[in-house]
Amino acid sequence: MTPTAPKQPHITVSDLTMGYGDFILMRDLDFTVFRGDVFAIMGGSGCGKSTLMRTLMGLKAPHTGRVRYGEVDFWSLGETEREGMMQRFGVLYQSGALWSSMTLAENVGLPLDLHTGLGRAEIDEIVRFKLSLVGLSGFEAYYPSEISGGMRKRAGLARAIALDPEVLFFDEPSAGLDPVSAKNLDDLIIEINQSLGATVVIVTHELPSIFAIANNAVYLDTTTRTAGGSGDPKQMLETADNPNVIRFLTRGEETGKSDMKDVGQ
Amino acid sequence: MTAKLETRLEPDGTLNVELMGRWRTGRKNPSGMDAQQLLSTSGIKRLQFNSRRLDGWDSSLVVYLSALAERCAASGVDVNPAGLPAGARRLLDLSRAVPPKADAVASHNKSSLLARIGELGLQATQSVKDTLDFTGEIALSVMRLIQGKARFRMVDVLEAIQQCGWQALPIVSLISVLVGLILAFMGAVQLSLFGAQIYVANLVGIGMTREMGAVMTGVIMAGRTGAAFAANLGTMQVNEEIDALQTLGVSPMDYLVIPRMAALVLMMPLLCIYADFMGILGGMIVGVGAFDISAIQYLTQTRGSLTITHIGFGVFKSIIFGLIVAMCGCMQGMRCGRSAAAVGDATTSAVVIAIVYIVVADGLFAVLTNIMGI
Repeated sequence: MTPTAPKQPHITVSDLTMGYGDFILMRDLDFTVFRGDVFAIMGGSGCGKSTLMRTLMGLKAPHTGRVRYGEVDFWSLGETEREGMMQRFGVLYQSGALWSSMTLAENVGLPLDLHTGLGRAEIDEIVRFKLSLVGLSGFEAYYPSEISGGMRKRAGLARAIALDPEVLFFDEPSAGLDPVSAKNLDDLIIEINQSLGATVVIVTHELPSIFAIANNAVYLDTTTRTAGGSGDPKQMLETADNPNVIRFLTRGEETGKSDMKDVGQ
Repeated sequence: MTAKLETRLEPDGTLNVELMGRWRTGRKNPSGMDAQQLLSTSGIKRLQFNSRRLDGWDSSLVVYLSALAERCAASGVDVNPAGLPAGARRLLDLSRAVPPKADAVASHNKSSLLARIGELGLQATQSVKDTLDFTGEIALSVMRLIQGKARFRMVDVLEAIQQCGWQALPIVSLISVLVGLILAFMGAVQLSLFGAQIYVANLVGIGMTREMGAVMTGVIMAGRTGAAFAANLGTMQVNEEIDALQTLGVSPMDYLVIPRMAALVLMMPLLCIYADFMGILGGMIVGVGAFDISAIQYLTQTRGSLTITHIGFGVFKSIIFGLIVAMCGCMQGMRCGRSAAAVGDATTSAVVIAIVYIVVADGLFAVLTNIMGI
């Protein structure tokens, strides 16, 4: 991705409203994720970050509004077509979500086994390679319960990139990791984003991660139940006029220039 | 020195409160009730504190002060916190920094009896709807299985077969032999009044093959395998493992539920026949041991009494019970919430609902066969 090339929209979200039953979590979300972006979904606890991600990756239908991948309206597709598109996504869940009854090799190999016609030997080769990318060479025969939390996340990442996805989703990748492991995981995410060319969507409230890796973001505001701003987080910090965005990006140390009234969260 | 306080009312309406001794949680400290008493004297306009003789304190002091401050606020008495230890003052401020959320208290209050009955009704309809939904999803999965489009691993089926097959044999043997024993004792004591104790073989044989074999294996499998299914799938739900499958474009119904259902439905008839044999063995132990029937005699009598209808009907019921157990277990697991407590709830309801359905289904079968004369 060269800075001069015009960016192509990859995921376009328009008028998206989501919630559970009668409860509206977020309304009227509008933002665009460009191809090759590292896009952060930011916001306080319980604001609907993870729900938004589940909507983007096809696990939870929105109440109204559209999610478009390129020109394709994701949620108006039939289930089979949508599942077909979902095969081009890679997801790293908060806990890693490795299948506990399978070894690491089987975990990484299952997507390949299901969606490619490759034979056992070729799959094994790819699995070994993907595990070596995340620094887990030699752990093929381990079960998820036998390795540490940080390793589980990396194994989850190896599984997420097994099929060379177009979009990679990360749900709070650094949650529960020490600062060094978190930094290493961030570096790995950037590495994969640049080498595979995958668009990365990342749910997080870790400010160091946001500033280090994200070049585009949306802030979900719990007080107004809508987006508080979107764009490059570093620019948002300078130009945003929503006090809640400033407060979030500065850990509450600056309350923003427009007004000082107490907004609770 | 124990915690206590002394008060002195100044002529201008100021109540001087002197805090003394060591205030420690778990010791006998002045309580909120005493605070009420403290303010009962008339003419108090403001409160001030003196803590020079206070030897030590922890949050018990702050709890007391906060109760006191609350009552002062209610009766319009000013509180001057200046004389309190600095730490206690800050804790007191901190506890009042965020005002209590008014509607949070209201929404968690108990609703009226009528409202709760209504809610139960709504929940019941919802759960019936859920069950129908789930049955529909299973039907679709089975369709895909028949068309050869369902994706699952054969290893999972074999593992489930192992779990609900031979690994269940010890407990099925024990329970069935005991049920056979009990049936035989109950029956033989009564039958021997007529000198007809040989008919205990008929009683046990027909009782086991037609009813008890299927029902007891159903109940055992509900407690053993149904619970395991629910706990297993529930934990996978909590760990987001099921989401991970879904994002791979794999239907969790095909991949997780079908192997388990298939395994249980395949194994139940075998377990049921095994339980029948074990029950008859139990009956024979009683017959031979306590009622002077020879083993050959007992077996011949049993063979004479059993028809293929009895056995076939029991086996048919066991398949239905297997379906019920697998469905309840898988449904509770798949519908499990995302917390450890939810997994426990899912497991409990899987067992309870399965056993209730088994008994209800068995009752229905009894009525139907009676009408049809089978």
